[in-house]
Amino acid sequence: MSKGPRDKRMSIDEVVGELRDGMTIGIGGWGPRRKPMALVRAILRSDLQDLTIVSWGGADVGLLARAGKIRKLVFAFVSLDSVPLEPSFQRARQEGTIPEVVELDEGMFQTGLRAAAERLPFLPMRAGLGSDVLVNQPWIKTVTSPYDEGHGHEELVAAPAIRLDVALVHMNRADKHGNATYLGPDPYFDDLSCMAADRAFVSCEQVVDTAGLTVDTPVQRVLLNRMMVSGVVETPNGAHFTTCTPDYERDEKFQRAYAAAAGGSDEEWAAFEQRFLSGDEDAYQAAVAAFAEEGK
Amino acid sequence: MSTDASTVTRADVCAAAIADAFRDDGEIFASPMGMLPMLGVRLAKLTSNPDLVISDGEALFLAGVPPLFATADVVEGWIPFRKVFDVIAYGKRHVMMGATQVDRHGNQNISAIGDWARPTRQLLGSRGAPGNTVNNRTSYWVPKHSARVFVEAVDIVSGVGPKRAKEAGPGAARFNDIHRIVTNLAVLDVKGADDTVRLLSVHPGVTVDEVCAATGFELDVPADVPTTREPTMEEQVVIREVLDPRSLRFKEVPDQ
Repeated sequence: MSKGPRDKRMSIDEVVGELRDGMTIGIGGWGPRRKPMALVRAILRSDLQDLTIVSWGGADVGLLARAGKIRKLVFAFVSLDSVPLEPSFQRARQEGTIPEVVELDEGMFQTGLRAAAERLPFLPMRAGLGSDVLVNQPWIKTVTSPYDEGHGHEELVAAPAIRLDVALVHMNRADKHGNATYLGPDPYFDDLSCMAADRAFVSCEQVVDTAGLTVDTPVQRVLLNRMMVSGVVETPNGAHFTTCTPDYERDEKFQRAYAAAAGGSDEEWAAFEQRFLSGDEDAYQAAVAAFAEEGK
Repeated sequence: MSTDASTVTRADVCAAAIADAFRDDGEIFASPMGMLPMLGVRLAKLTSNPDLVISDGEALFLAGVPPLFATADVVEGWIPFRKVFDVIAYGKRHVMMGATQVDRHGNQNISAIGDWARPTRQLLGSRGAPGNTVNNRTSYWVPKHSARVFVEAVDIVSGVGPKRAKEAGPGAARFNDIHRIVTNLAVLDVKGADDTVRLLSVHPGVTVDEVCAATGFELDVPADVPTTREPTMEEQVVIREVLDPRSLRFKEVPDQ
């Protein structure tokens, strides 16, 4: 009897059950776009603490910072796009509640993940030279080129590998084995994050059979291969309130409500938390659906 | 053809000045951050430099030149973030970024105000400014020229000016190219004495003294400072009728 590849389907809570205090967790997507928010929300509900979070940041960073989950943040920016400055992240930085911060150039992020994915200690690049990235992160070193291409032996940044214990990413479709497609405009860096990590967990809008991954879209959209993936969890609307094009766009009305509460008084934030973040993912989605009906 | 100064808005002068910053770039990826830069780049593509490559600001290269914030008609390529980083390293790109602070040596800050360890005001983070400024041509757009923006020394160096690039060595300086700083009052560059910010022109109706007073450091002011050119009638029509029929530009640069 031939056996197929193993079934990696899990629940949201089972994914979070694989995480430990102090882990380095890379979160996929970009700013307020295709973020694994259902998994982030599950971390908010958990007892996990002292996490190192690596993210091209949006509300994932804001929410985790507000909940006091982050011991160390590796970031290049944190933004909600239509709300340029993330209020929870701003507050955390200004109140000094994130104990350790690493601010990189956003291209250095990609290079660092690539170095980790290629099992290299670093990769050379120009980004960072002359900037305060190298002043505020004095442990990031430069390297002198052994080659002279007519400009001398150039001194370049040795962008350090960004190794992750776990990557969390959200895709449009996945099969139960961990192959997964993005259907929107941009793959972001989710494949690199998975390859930079010891284990990667993929949440998705829909689990389909393997043939279904390419039935209506080119094979080039299968960004993740199952060898990069440890677990798959179906979380419909799981990227909410970030984009998950073409399944849905960003929920701007909800994002405005989030930003207002996060930038408002402690009471306003407590009311937002109570309404949306006090229950499980089903409760969250029900509260979001009720919120969407308001004012219609 | 000369135009009646009273009919030319400051926003349109700024758009033409931004377009001029991209006029001689040839066939490169023009990356505007923000509304006026987007308007100026699209104006350049429709007038002085049709070879410019432009995007929708998300992941598509646009063959056509749609109005501000309109969706694409014809697409000519794919430019997801990972390929943006490729193009930055490749060098065929001119980005016009915003700047919360710019200092005397053309360093830019979009990261945070105050002490980096615990800022008094956290901004975006340095984004791609460190990489942009040592890889491809970089300009800045400042919609409100003031001594709060133009400071003696930025709190955090996100974008690298030429002096610091030279100090960091050839690896940083080879491709450092801070081209223009366009503001609501003037056009500047960083080719003053000792790699400092230099005044290139003042917009119609603005005096050199006003610009100096709105700048928190000693500007390099040449003996003869011309007036920024007014947009041609063709450019005004393109701006008004084609690129920004909803007059969004006046939200960023109000009409006097």
